[in-house]
Amino acid sequence: MNMLVEVEGLVKTFGSGEAATRVLRGLSLTLQTGEMTALLGPSGSGKSTLLTILGTLMKPTSGNHRMLGVDLVAADDRALTAFRNLHIGFVFQFHNLLPDFTALENVIFPTAVREGRETAAARARGRELLTRMGLAERIDFPSANLSGGQKQRVAVARALMNRPELVLADEPTGNLDRASAMQVMELIGEINRDEGTTFLISTHDEKIAGLCRRQVVVGDGVVTG
Amino acid sequence: MLYGLKIALRYLTASKAQTALLVLGVAVGVFIFIFMSALIGGLAEFILSRTVGDISHVTIKAEDADPPILISAEGHVLAVAERGRARTATLADAPTWVPLIETVPGVIAVSPQITGAGFLTRGAQVAQVSVTGVEPGRESAILNLDGYMVEGSARLGSGVIVLGQTLADDLSLRLGQTLRLQSSGGVSMVLTLSGIYRTGNGMIDRRSIFVSLPTARTLFSLPQGVTWIEIKLADLNAADATALRIRALTGLDAVPWTDGAEQLMEALDAQAQTGYFLKSFALITIVIGVASALLLSTYRRRPEIGIMRAMGAGRGFVVFVFVAQGALIGLLGGLSGAAFGYLALLPFPTREAFRPGTLPMDITQGSYGLAITLTVLGAILASILPARAAARVDPVTAIGQ
Ligand SMILES: Nc1ncnc2c1ncn2[C@@H]1O[C@H](COP(=O)(O)OP(=O)(O)OP(=O)(O)O)[C@@H](O)[C@H]1O
Ligand SMILES: [Mg+2]
Repeated sequence: MNMLVEVEGLVKTFGSGEAATRVLRGLSLTLQTGEMTALLGPSGSGKSTLLTILGTLMKPTSGNHRMLGVDLVAADDRALTAFRNLHIGFVFQFHNLLPDFTALENVIFPTAVREGRETAAARARGRELLTRMGLAERIDFPSANLSGGQKQRVAVARALMNRPELVLADEPTGNLDRASAMQVMELIGEINRDEGTTFLISTHDEKIAGLCRRQVVVGDGVVTG
Repeated sequence: MLYGLKIALRYLTASKAQTALLVLGVAVGVFIFIFMSALIGGLAEFILSRTVGDISHVTIKAEDADPPILISAEGHVLAVAERGRARTATLADAPTWVPLIETVPGVIAVSPQITGAGFLTRGAQVAQVSVTGVEPGRESAILNLDGYMVEGSARLGSGVIVLGQTLADDLSLRLGQTLRLQSSGGVSMVLTLSGIYRTGNGMIDRRSIFVSLPTARTLFSLPQGVTWIEIKLADLNAADATALRIRALTGLDAVPWTDGAEQLMEALDAQAQTGYFLKSFALITIVIGVASALLLSTYRRRPEIGIMRAMGAGRGFVVFVFVAQGALIGLLGGLSGAAFGYLALLPFPTREAFRPGTLPMDITQGSYGLAITLTVLGAILASILPARAAARVDPVTAIGQ
C-alpha cells in the first residue's frame, strides 16, 4: 500500500501567553491509501483539530504535513484551495449543506466551483452518487427539507464528487439515530471497499469505530493507540 | 463566473422579502436622483427661457468709434464731438454678413437692426423711447412680437409703428392714431400705430417701439448698413462657441448673451450644485443601504461560506458571489427606480408648456442612464467591503466543528 498522508511532530497551540492552549503536542500519524480509520479520544483531545489540519483548513503551529508527496505546510491559500478541491472530501457533523440548494446542486458543488459551471457530466455523476446513497427520490429536493440522516448521506455523496483520495469525516453520525448511523457507515464502507478511497472518521461511538479496520486513539495531544 | 452568478442569484431569491425591500430602497434612491435631475434641469431650462429666451443669444454691435475728442497737451478735454455724430458707426456690409451667419450651424434666426433713441409725441404728451428698426418679415425672429400682440398686427410696413401696452396706456393711444417720432439725430416722421403688444417685460412694454428697417434708415440717416445684428440659436448653451465661430468667420465683434449674464449663470450654477449635492446623498444612501444589507448577509451565511471554502471555493469566488449580489441589486433597483421616475414625471407638462406655479419638471432631463450606471457602480462599490469580509471567513470557525 502507498503512503497517502504523513504528519510528523504536529503541534497546534491556540492563543498565546497565559491563555495559550497546546492541543496537539507533537502528534505523528500516517495514513495508507485505501485505509478506513476511526479516530477516537476523549472530548477535547484534539480530534477535530487534527482533522482540520489534515483537511488543510488550518495550519499547524509546527510540524510536517505531507499528502501525495506535497508539502502542505509550505503551500499558500490558493494552492491549498485547489488541492483540497481535488484530493480531499469532507463530512462534518453540522452545517454540512448549502440550505438554499437542492441535494444534487450540493453534491456537484465541488466540481462546478472548479469548472465554473454545472456541466451535464457533473450532474450525471451527482445523480449516480445520490442514487448510490439511496436518495434517488430526493435528487432535486431542497436540502433544507431533508432529514438529518439524508443530509449526511448527501454530504457523503458530495465528499466523493471529485473522486478524492482522502475523505475526512468529523463525527459524521454524531447527530443520527442508530439505524441512520449504520446506514451511513455501511455506505462509507462500501465506497472504501469498491473505490479504495481512504477514510478517517472521528467518533465517540465504539460500535462505529468497530466498523473500521484501524483505530487511532488521540490523548493528551499525541496518538496513544 | 457563470456559476458564481448562479449562487448570487440563488442567495437573492432565497430571501425574497429581504431582497425586495433592498431593491425598493435602492429604487427610491434612484427615483430621488431622477426626480432631482428632472427638476434642476427643468428649472434651469425654465429660468433661461424666461430670462433669455426672448433676447438675442449672440449680438453683433457696430464697432463703436470712440467719440472724437480733442485733448490739450495738459490733458484737458477741449472738445467732444456731438453725441448724434458718434452714433453713426455702422455694420456697413450687413447685407453680405446676414446670409453667411445664417449658415452657421445652430443659428435659427438672424435679425439685422437699426437702433437708436427718440421722442414720441402725441399732442402735448412726449415720451422718450428706444427705437428698433426691424426688417419686415423678421419681426418675431428674436423677440416673439407676434406672440405678444394684444391689438393689431406685428407686421412692420412702411410708415407704421408698433409699441407696448404700458406706453400706449401712458399716452392714451389707440390703433390707427398717428404719432410723431423724432430721432435723436433730429429727423422727424409721422407714423401710424398699427400694433400693441404686452411682453410682461416692463422696459420693453414702456420704452421700446418698433418700426421697419427702412423707416429707421430715414430716422437715423443711415442710407446703408445696420447698427446691430441679433442672432438666435437653437441651443442657448452653445452661445459662447457660436459667437467665437461667427467672429472667426466674419471678423465682427460677436458677443454671446453670457457676457454680462454672470449673475444669472452663477445662480444657475448654484442651483446645479444643490442638485449634485442632493443626488450625491441619494447615491450615498444607496451605497450604505446595500453595504449594510450585504454585510448582514455575510454574517448570516458564514457557515455556508465556510462550507464552500472547504469544498474548494477560492476567496475570489466568494468575493464574486457577493459583488454579483450587489451588482444585481443595483441593476434591479436602478431599472425599477428609473421606471418609477419616468412614470412619475409623465403627468408633468412638457418643457414647452411650463406654466408659472407648477414645478417645471423636465422628463427629458431625468438622467436615467446615468442614474442606473451610477447605482450599479455604487452597489458594486458597496458590496466590496462585505465581499471581502466574506472572503476572509475562516472555514474552521464558521463550520464550528
Ligand atoms: N479556535 C480555537 N481556539 C482556542 N481553543 C480551541 C480552538 N479550537 C479548539 N480549541 C481547543 O482545543 C481543544 C481540542 O478541541 P477539538 O475540537 O479538537 O477536540 P475534539 O477532540 O474534537 O473534541 P470533541 O470530541 O468534543 O469534538 C479543546 O480544548 C478546545 O477547547
Ligand atoms: Mg470534535
